[in-house]
Amino acid sequence: MNIAVLQFPGSNCDQDAFHLFASGLGVPTRYVWHKDTHLGDPSLVVVPGGFSYGDYLRCGAIARFSPVMGAVREYAERGGLVLGICNGFQILCEAGLLPGALIRNSSLEYRCMTCDLAVEEAGPAFNTRLVGKRVRMPIGHGEGNFRIDDAGLERLESNHQVLLRYVDNPNGSLSSIAGIRNEEGNVFGMMPHPDRAFERFHPSQDGLAIARAVLALRFPEILKESA
Amino acid sequence: MKIKVFVTPKKNVLDPQGVAVGHALESLGLKGLKGTRVGKVIELELEGADTPQLRVQLDKLCRDLLSNPVIEDYHYEIAAG
Repeated sequence: MNIAVLQFPGSNCDQDAFHLFASGLGVPTRYVWHKDTHLGDPSLVVVPGGFSYGDYLRCGAIARFSPVMGAVREYAERGGLVLGICNGFQILCEAGLLPGALIRNSSLEYRCMTCDLAVEEAGPAFNTRLVGKRVRMPIGHGEGNFRIDDAGLERLESNHQVLLRYVDNPNGSLSSIAGIRNEEGNVFGMMPHPDRAFERFHPSQDGLAIARAVLALRFPEILKESA
Repeated sequence: MKIKVFVTPKKNVLDPQGVAVGHALESLGLKGLKGTRVGKVIELELEGADTPQLRVQLDKLCRDLLSNPVIEDYHYEIAAG
């Protein structure tokens, strides 16, 4: 098993994501630069948080066209696991690998706080049995207000694609959505930071359960190793 | 030639920035305000002529990069010179 963490100019949670998997789960982890066109057969690609390309134009709009994202798209279309956190979620939506879009928080404020999140029944690996009914993770974003048209929202709900919902909606997201997966179930995106919720000095260690749930779909041994 | 691309939030998409700017306009005394939308203008300077092929290319670039069709509409104006 090995994890590839992407690095864009302006990524600033790449090292947090690296340590979530390398230190938190003890899985070999490496960085992949935005100019690389090959991913090198990873078990999971992590698109980290930050402000890729200065968030110019729209959050994630320019990162979407970076060379490495072509490789990520092919990898995802072959069924490879992808996790986007915060800016990574925005990039995956811009790239069309996840439905919807993230706009300015309804408060117009940058929200930096720890949130209670309700875990949804979103598949054989991501569910309340494996993750728990509630998790607590930090958020830090100005554009986390999830938007999608009515038909798209209905598809998300009826396909059980919602991973996490805010208990107390901090940004105006439709249906309090904090994280979703694609229909096929191999691409995951969330605004909260599992990469800021695993060390003893973090507000919680719930990020570990999230990271395991994302990997467990293809690598069920990750659940045994941690049991 | 000069191309101005206008990108605006879709009518049915919440525009928190527009709402806040609208409140500020009202607090400055503007009466009868029925709506405020905040978008962006992208100006391009381009060599060559305005052709149907150029417009096809521009539409694709507007859809792929300059706007996000999930949340935004766009239109553009082309002026000679």
